[in-house]
Amino acid sequence: MVDWPLLSVIIFLPLIGGLIILFIKEDEISSNNIKWSALLTSVGTFILSLILWLQFDYLNPSYQYIEKFRWFNDFNFYYHIGVDGISLFMILLSTFLTPICILASWNNVKKRVKEYMLAFLFLETVMIGMFASIDILLFYIFFEAVLIPMYLIIGIWGGSRRIYASFKFFLYTLLGSVLMLIAIIVMYRNTSSMSIEFLQGNYFAFNTQIFLWLAFFASFAVKIPMWPFHTWLPDAHVQAPTAGSVILAGVLLKMGGYGFIRFSVGMLPEATELFIPLIMTLSIIAVIYTSLVALAQTDIKKLIAYSSVAHMGIVTIGIFLVNQQGLEGAMMQMISHGLVSAALFLCVGVIYDRMHTREIEFYGGLVQRMPLYATVFMIFMLGSVGLPGTSGFVGEFLVIVGAFKFSSYVVVGAAFGIILSAVYMLYLYKRIIFGTITNDKLADILDINFREKIILIPLAISVIILGIFPNIFLDPMRLSLEVVISNYEVANAK
Amino acid sequence: MAISIIFLPLLSFIFCFLIGNKFTYRVYQILTTAILILCAIFSWIIFVQFLGTKDTEIIFILNWITSGNFIVDWSIRLDTLTAIMFIVVTTVSACVHLYSIGYMSEDPSKVRFMGYLSLFTFFMLALVSSNNLLQMFFGWEGVGLASYLLIGFWHHKDSANKAAIKAFVVNRVGDFGYAIGIAGIFFIFGTISFDNIFEQVDLFKDHQIQFLSLSFPTLDLLCFLLFIGAMGKSAQLGLHTWLPDAMEGPTPVSALIHAATMVTAGVFLVARMSPLYEYATFTNLFITFVGAATAIFAASIALTQNDIKRVIAYSTCSQLGYMFFAAGVGAYNASIFHLTTHAFFKALLFLSAGSVIHAMHHEQDMRKMGALFKKIPFTATMMWIGSLAIIGFPYLSGYYSKESILENAYYNSNSIAYFAYVVGILTALLTAFYSWRLLFLTFHGDSRSEIKIYEHAHESPYVMTIPLLILAIGSIFSGVFFADYFIGYYKKEFWDGAIILSKGSHKYLPLTQSLISKSAVAIGILVCVLIYANNLNRAKNLSYNLDPLYSLSKNKWYVDELYHKVFVLTFFRLANFFWKKGDEKTIDGFGPNGISWLVAKSSNYISMFQSGYLFHYAFAMLGGLVIILTWFLYY
Repeated sequence: MVDWPLLSVIIFLPLIGGLIILFIKEDEISSNNIKWSALLTSVGTFILSLILWLQFDYLNPSYQYIEKFRWFNDFNFYYHIGVDGISLFMILLSTFLTPICILASWNNVKKRVKEYMLAFLFLETVMIGMFASIDILLFYIFFEAVLIPMYLIIGIWGGSRRIYASFKFFLYTLLGSVLMLIAIIVMYRNTSSMSIEFLQGNYFAFNTQIFLWLAFFASFAVKIPMWPFHTWLPDAHVQAPTAGSVILAGVLLKMGGYGFIRFSVGMLPEATELFIPLIMTLSIIAVIYTSLVALAQTDIKKLIAYSSVAHMGIVTIGIFLVNQQGLEGAMMQMISHGLVSAALFLCVGVIYDRMHTREIEFYGGLVQRMPLYATVFMIFMLGSVGLPGTSGFVGEFLVIVGAFKFSSYVVVGAAFGIILSAVYMLYLYKRIIFGTITNDKLADILDINFREKIILIPLAISVIILGIFPNIFLDPMRLSLEVVISNYEVANAK
Repeated sequence: MAISIIFLPLLSFIFCFLIGNKFTYRVYQILTTAILILCAIFSWIIFVQFLGTKDTEIIFILNWITSGNFIVDWSIRLDTLTAIMFIVVTTVSACVHLYSIGYMSEDPSKVRFMGYLSLFTFFMLALVSSNNLLQMFFGWEGVGLASYLLIGFWHHKDSANKAAIKAFVVNRVGDFGYAIGIAGIFFIFGTISFDNIFEQVDLFKDHQIQFLSLSFPTLDLLCFLLFIGAMGKSAQLGLHTWLPDAMEGPTPVSALIHAATMVTAGVFLVARMSPLYEYATFTNLFITFVGAATAIFAASIALTQNDIKRVIAYSTCSQLGYMFFAAGVGAYNASIFHLTTHAFFKALLFLSAGSVIHAMHHEQDMRKMGALFKKIPFTATMMWIGSLAIIGFPYLSGYYSKESILENAYYNSNSIAYFAYVVGILTALLTAFYSWRLLFLTFHGDSRSEIKIYEHAHESPYVMTIPLLILAIGSIFSGVFFADYFIGYYKKEFWDGAIILSKGSHKYLPLTQSLISKSAVAIGILVCVLIYANNLNRAKNLSYNLDPLYSLSKNKWYVDELYHKVFVLTFFRLANFFWKKGDEKTIDGFGPNGISWLVAKSSNYISMFQSGYLFHYAFAMLGGLVIILTWFLYY
């Protein structure tokens, strides 16, 4: 363990970096300095977060790296942060993807570079802060604060219909946010505590649980997103700049899954048991329905966005199975999706930067000019399809294994997603990459350059490592998840 | 040694993949081929050890997934079955590697091709050497991937890309069953490694399980689910449509993947799980039926195809049917025996066909061949040997294995096995017919090709003919040499518990039956000679007179068209419906767009109150006053 406030440093380092950037004058020459400072800050954060992982004690199921200060004297509100097996990889995912995002925006963001970088660094701070919070009010503050930079990124640097997209996003999240705040107040009034750790052992009356569960559900189901609350996602993705999509798919969707594990399953076990059939039904619909919708898309980003909804369907199934395979599978699926879909959006960004369109029809035969691009795209496509040996497989399969104890319908539904994911991804790949170049505009398209290699190749390697050695990720999270499961079982056995 | 057999091909793939442009392509070709030859030698060494008294060996490599009690390792299971598959895979693969040096000599991406072949070999070896179902699934999907890459190897061809997707997706339909099957086995047995499953089989003999609200005998259901996977990979009736289309890939690929090795993975799976299948009575009947039906169905299509590779592809499908019904009647050893001999003669047939295609400048249509015996006598001889082996000409390899399958079907008591037996004999007749038809059309009669092409037809270089020779030796002798071990006198010692052996001792068919089966073959040949021997008008007339039947066979029983209508179009229609009507009209319409519409509309109405006319406001105040007064009066 370390004896200095490592976690706080990780949380606030990006913000400090951002504030320093604020003082760099923005003109032609110094805009490079802005980018480099942002990049170095985020890489530094990533390296620090690796220490977090290396020093992490696998045998300790509860929070580590705890820091706790009283914030308000009048009521029990603390600046209380820590990391356990569940949040560890969410934090790592955030710190891993942020430098990649900054690199991905190196040349294609031309206006307001300073504000753009600041937005991303601020976003990193609040994302990490949210995953590290042990105090629910602190969690809420970070949870909502994530939306501010995200709105700005979509609204300022987004595509032509960015206003509509951010408005839709806003409408969906508004209701959930309000209800979640009320739920947090109710929790505090019942227990006069805001510690997640404390609340997980402290059960509410059944009726209260139902209300609280629905309130949290409204917030997380939109975030993750579950069918039928998903329609904001394709629009937001299409309008967001590449790096925005990467963070949106890579980390922001996981806030929903993380919330479900921490709050719904962790604190409201009896209500969870009541609502499991609802969740399963919605998830199965999500898997099949959105996979089919993905098949019909003509915009590459939209297709990947819909595939995200389907993959998140597997995650919600896994979480609400509340058994070892289900939860670990859901966590693996979230990590894997964080890498794979982020990488797929980056791949779209590569050709978007060159051709400024995302229409599938425009492309075709790219392998003739961009063999390296075709190769990395292939690896990510296989990860998305869930081929054994890639990260996508482990999560999906564990969920299927876990689901067999619960219901064969869920198994069949989830496994049906296996077939459909192959159909839409291979069909997409064929239309973009294979064939001959028929569009004259593509005749001189260039293969990925050095910067893009630095972005994509680490992702490709991690996708394969996760598929072959998933245990390096499963081991640290095991005990923390076991606590969640045993809490749940104890509560429902009563 | 076993570890190096598996991982050397992977290393050569990585070598081709990562540093594929450092040296000239010769380096890669020679290196990958040399590695595969080394693997083949190692495999034969191991196999010879198993002919002796080597015991089953399990080599642990690494823990893969641990989640609760779901524990899966990367490990190698070395037993007789694995050893057999090792020699089959590495021998054919080595031949194909060598052959490809010649066959692909004019292709611009030779290194990529060699790399993919090695990658495939790695996955296939991982599949056959697995000690649990999940690692097998890794190899299973991995070979699917390699097959996808190699079918679509010429990615500028649209038809090749379509065929590649079709292969992958149809296989995925099978994998759907396989994946559920693995989950089910874990649910029942609490483990997915083979020995631990087999130990507990006895406990679940009469166990029932609820699945989709129906009650099934547990073992039947699990075996059935796994068999769906096997059907996909081994192109059995219903999921067979991808195999003929897979012929879009280069011919060495067809020989390696779509004839000798990958497509037999389904048979391997059933044999590997034989201790489980032994008790799955109903599923066994189903397997027998599907196998027999596939055998005759595919053979009936092979009768009329004109593409030389498609004839052999359907023939593969049909022979796989034989292997399955052998497995269905419990003769797993006969099934694996046929798998082994088939690997040799089918690879030989494909590579010879490749040699013909090479000689004819990529012409695959048999209608444009003929009289090639004079131009390429060596290839023609090889093709003859392969064809004689497949029709079961006495003392060639196919004779032993096919005979053994028929024997087992005949001596099995249930009626479906008898059906399979009859179908097996009929199929033998058809096999004889289409094999000879292929020979006649390609090598004999008059030349129907353009004179220029015919004149240029030449024998292939040594790198291509040597593999043919090796495989021909296998096609001739593998039967007579292995019969005693696989199905005969030494079978108990040889198999050593790797698969379940049928209880009864080895019996030969009664003389009459044996005569019937041999005369069926003879009739097939005779009919073929009568129709095709000296002129082709007879065949034309016949096809004209038997039109409905002929079209049915020529158009592959219209299965592709049916699937296109029933599945493909439906899915795309459904996809558009969900997108346009579901997401855009319903969810968005009532959700965000509906709410914003409502807000805008109602604010419009409300803003009308703010009209600026004094009497409006006065009237509103008066109305309010009335309401308040009424309220107070009542309460």
